[in-house]
Amino acid sequence: MSSKTKKRINPNKLVIHIILLVGAVIMIAPFLWMVLTSVKTFGESTQVPPVIIPKSLQWENFSKVFTTLPFAMFYWNTIITTICKTVGQLMFCSLAAYAFARIKFPGQNVLFILIISVLMVPNQAYIIPQYLIMVKLEWLNTLTALIVPGVTSAFGTFLLRQFFMSLPKDLEDAAKIDGCNHFRIYWRIMLPLAKPGLIALAIFTILWSWNDLMWPLIVNSSPSKMPLSAGLASLQGQYITEFPVLMAGALLATWPMILMFIFLQKYFVEGIALSGTKG
Amino acid sequence: MSSEVSVNQESDVKIQKKTKFWLNKQKRGDYFWAYLMIAPTLLGTIIFNIWPLLQSFYLSFTEWGAFGSYSWKGIVNYERLFNEPDLLIALKNTFVFTILSVPLGISLSIIVAVLLNQKIKGVTFYRTLYFLPVVTMPAAVAIVWKWLYNADYGLINYVLSLFSIQGPRWLTDPNLALYSIVLVAVWGAIGYNMVIILSGLQGISTTYYEAADIDGAGMFVKFFKITLPLLSPTLFFVTVMSLINTFQVFELIFMMIGPNSLVIENTQTVVYLFYEEAFINNDKGYAAAIAMALFLIILCVTILQFKLQKKWVHYE
Repeated sequence: MSSKTKKRINPNKLVIHIILLVGAVIMIAPFLWMVLTSVKTFGESTQVPPVIIPKSLQWENFSKVFTTLPFAMFYWNTIITTICKTVGQLMFCSLAAYAFARIKFPGQNVLFILIISVLMVPNQAYIIPQYLIMVKLEWLNTLTALIVPGVTSAFGTFLLRQFFMSLPKDLEDAAKIDGCNHFRIYWRIMLPLAKPGLIALAIFTILWSWNDLMWPLIVNSSPSKMPLSAGLASLQGQYITEFPVLMAGALLATWPMILMFIFLQKYFVEGIALSGTKG
Repeated sequence: MSSEVSVNQESDVKIQKKTKFWLNKQKRGDYFWAYLMIAPTLLGTIIFNIWPLLQSFYLSFTEWGAFGSYSWKGIVNYERLFNEPDLLIALKNTFVFTILSVPLGISLSIIVAVLLNQKIKGVTFYRTLYFLPVVTMPAAVAIVWKWLYNADYGLINYVLSLFSIQGPRWLTDPNLALYSIVLVAVWGAIGYNMVIILSGLQGISTTYYEAADIDGAGMFVKFFKITLPLLSPTLFFVTVMSLINTFQVFELIFMMIGPNSLVIENTQTVVYLFYEEAFINNDKGYAAAIAMALFLIILCVTILQFKLQKKWVHYE
């Protein structure tokens, strides 16, 4: 039966595909135009009507990005920052989330509300004193400034707590009778079960860390300590209208996240759906 | 007999004492581990959130001089918020931006999600393409769209010229620039909302639709009478998140317009104004007052939404 219905072209489904395809073209066109422009000469980029496919591929645009700015350093800074923040959040958020979800202790609710209330306040209400702390500690223009304020997270604690609370209660009872302490229960029993939650948090942290712009602009003005996002802003300052070079820079800054998304798509989608339902 | 009983009682008491002691020890262990486990997060929260929030509040009453010195000036900064046009203009821009981009973005996300929820081929393919902007760095998105919007050589005006339409100056026309950025924000957010809405749609039991089929309900009746009400908790979540995010839009304004543009007054949002005052003009007292105002506004809007949710959100 299914093969019969498959063969008949369903007019409704055709309309759906047409609408979705038009939308898809609008979604993807800016990316294609970025890639095409990044290998054009400046002359080709300003021709009317536009050159779609360049005569020869201008790899110079990419080398220009690397020679005018320390783009290799930008990669390094972004990658180190992202890894440290992600590992930190996975560790600290899951520890706190376990305690809030599975242990009873005095002050539990007050402390949890204190941590969660952070989410109600816009970031801008914290950022000036955070900057002043960085000045005091002489952390300006260091990777430490990019990393340390981001190793704990109220969002992550909340997300993982919801996750831990949904696990059955008798899981740790057996372990307790065997004399396991809470750290062992957390490490051996809870963490493996919380994998979907941890993956979701990791994906959010990686994305936010990689793409963040305002904090790096504020604390790291020295090019050797900038991440890619702030580096892209500098590149724009230097090549105001030279769009092929700017597109090469934009491509260099974005391809790792795009590639990661394409390969780990399932986890991205599950993670976001999870935050939507557990939140 | 009686002695036997008393022996039993004695041993009971002993066991009770023992268990009580054991419980206490266990409890003490619990507390120790709990505090140890929350310590890093609690410390981070106090140092980087609670204390800064209090300090921001204090700073909003100060005026900043050269070399990072500041002095108490009372409510001067708050008076400036009301007397100088900056904040009002930024607020107006932020409201226009939000009121256009949130409903437009969510409606489009619902349409895409509903279409993807039909049993069609290529769902993963479509989902990938629609989601791509979400994982792309906003700073890069801004540069690419700046290029697309370029009035003389941009792709968009070229496509318009094919239909004999003279394309506008998207980012330099003071009456248009803000709306141009709204389009980019909508384009960038569809994928994220779509994924959440799609998972909400998949949670709706098919029995509702089967019942509606028996009653002979049409596509639109089903959408408005079944899908939307059952989806309303998801839509509530998406709306709250979208509002908070668009209220804080910064990257697109900073990268696409920037401090040197003539139309910055027509496009600057509250968070952009905050950044400019705090870190370009070094007027941190005034900026702190802006941050406090933003906090208050977001708080009010969120409370309002939770109050209003009773009117339109249906929980099963």
